[in-house]
Amino acid sequence: MTISLRRPSVLPGFHLALGTTLLYLALIVLIPLSAAFLRTFSLTWDQFIAIVTAPRVLASLRLSFGAAFLAACVNAVFGLLLAWVLVRYRFPGSKVIDALVDLPFALPTAVAGIALTAVYAPNGWLGAPLAALGIKVAFTPLGILVALIFIGLPFVVRTIQPVLEDMERELEEAARSLGANGLQIFVKVILPTIMPALLTGFTLAFARAVGEYGSVVFIAGNMPMVSEIAPLVIISKLEQYDYPGATALAVVMLLASFVMLLAINLLQGWMRRRNAQERKV
Amino acid sequence: MSAVLEKGAPKASAPAMRPRATARAGPQRSASWKAALLPIVLTTIALLYVAVALLVPLAAVFVEAFRKGVEHYFTSISDPEAWSAIRLTFTAAAIAVPANLVFGIAAAWAIAKFDFRGKALLITLIDLPFSVSPVVSGLVYVLMFGLQGWFGPWLAEHDIKIIFAVPGIVLATIFVTFPFVARELIPLMQAQGREEEEAAVVLGASGWQTLWRVTLPNVKWGLLYGVILCNARAMGEFGAVSVVSGHIRGSTNTLPLHVEILYNEYNFAAAFACASLLAFLALVTLVIKTVVERRFLKSQR
Repeated sequence: MTISLRRPSVLPGFHLALGTTLLYLALIVLIPLSAAFLRTFSLTWDQFIAIVTAPRVLASLRLSFGAAFLAACVNAVFGLLLAWVLVRYRFPGSKVIDALVDLPFALPTAVAGIALTAVYAPNGWLGAPLAALGIKVAFTPLGILVALIFIGLPFVVRTIQPVLEDMERELEEAARSLGANGLQIFVKVILPTIMPALLTGFTLAFARAVGEYGSVVFIAGNMPMVSEIAPLVIISKLEQYDYPGATALAVVMLLASFVMLLAINLLQGWMRRRNAQERKV
Repeated sequence: MSAVLEKGAPKASAPAMRPRATARAGPQRSASWKAALLPIVLTTIALLYVAVALLVPLAAVFVEAFRKGVEHYFTSISDPEAWSAIRLTFTAAAIAVPANLVFGIAAAWAIAKFDFRGKALLITLIDLPFSVSPVVSGLVYVLMFGLQGWFGPWLAEHDIKIIFAVPGIVLATIFVTFPFVARELIPLMQAQGREEEEAAVVLGASGWQTLWRVTLPNVKWGLLYGVILCNARAMGEFGAVSVVSGHIRGSTNTLPLHVEILYNEYNFAAAFACASLLAFLALVTLVIKTVVERRFLKSQR
């Protein structure tokens, strides 16, 4: 008796296509990632806990997650604003701005890193006026925030844009004709509709920022306990041939990635159901 | 007045900044001046934000690149080490992009054209490399192929170098660009359905003919879009490649790594000169992407 995994179809190539997919996925992604987990099993639980709760490691994790969270918050607010302006208003150059939103996706992170450092250094275009106000950006945790805001910018814009485009304007007009003011319409009509997309974009930006390395290392200053992000701690452990230490921290970061991936999947499922419901109504 | 009219309105007569919302209906036009001001305020804030967050850093790359003059710029980018970095960057992309393209087509064919158990899990696993930190992506290959790694001793015995050599760089590049083509193609091919392929097969076409003559022409714009994004990331990857490269000048340095080395040597003008090549590449990517997107929308109508 053979158990078929799939429903019958006249189309050929299922086994070849799925076989190729699974083999490639296993070789490139699954086996290497499992190497990180299996390697940590050579540590005892106490050793593992000692590594990941060392003060320098904890400080870097706190910084990576905290800065990523703040950056995602800033991106949620300005990403929503940018998406709104791009979808609802027409102004000269709006197409160019729309295309430019993807710049952080296309620009290599190292280039973004040195460019932001040049701009926000104490003698830079924006760094100098800010320094005059007593605000130091480059080589402080604030610089990390600036870099993470940059690389996370497209996520919220790109997840909200299609939802805003599909949104029925009639709802807003109905609310207005019933006497709602602008703020009420925003909070009670627009925000609930775009909420799943907003949260998805937020989580994508957060996930990207937590693991970000290239754009951050140049501007951060990389002071242990102050401005050293978790990926950099992994690298410095590697450079000291501390493989168990690097791997233990990598496993913590990987677990965080899995949780965020799960959250993104749940949010996207919510978004799809929400959209499907609206179409039915 | 309908939305159709609004979109079809001639552009020449449009004032510099015409909010669509207020241009629509009669009674609202007489609403308070505050409502008319809101679009202008929001647009101004958004434009300022884009200028500060995106345009200023982009401009800084080119200004810093030419700070020491045009001559210095061309000396920096024609340096042999820069050239070897450029060659390696293109080599890595030239292997990673086709590999992920073939995988993307295979994965999309299996997922979009057939029903099987575990499909949702498979799609999630394909997306996995997107949420893994680039540094961790590099590290896992060191754990596999490094001297301390699983296959390290065996590889050393047979004199095969993967880590701190070109194969490691290619592998890390493949990992970080793994999902790009697949995640563009899967939803697109799902939306296209199976009828056309089934018709082709019933009429006697082979599987390859069906793929080549029916499926791929239908998804060509989505495919191109995925390839462009995949290529941009492949050429610009820094973190993952940095971990596996070993930074050997003239041999295992990609262009982004070369930028880092120059920068850390305080050779800022040269670092930005090389960075400007990558920034130019990013701008070209954005232009092609915008054109492809427009074609794609047209082809869907």
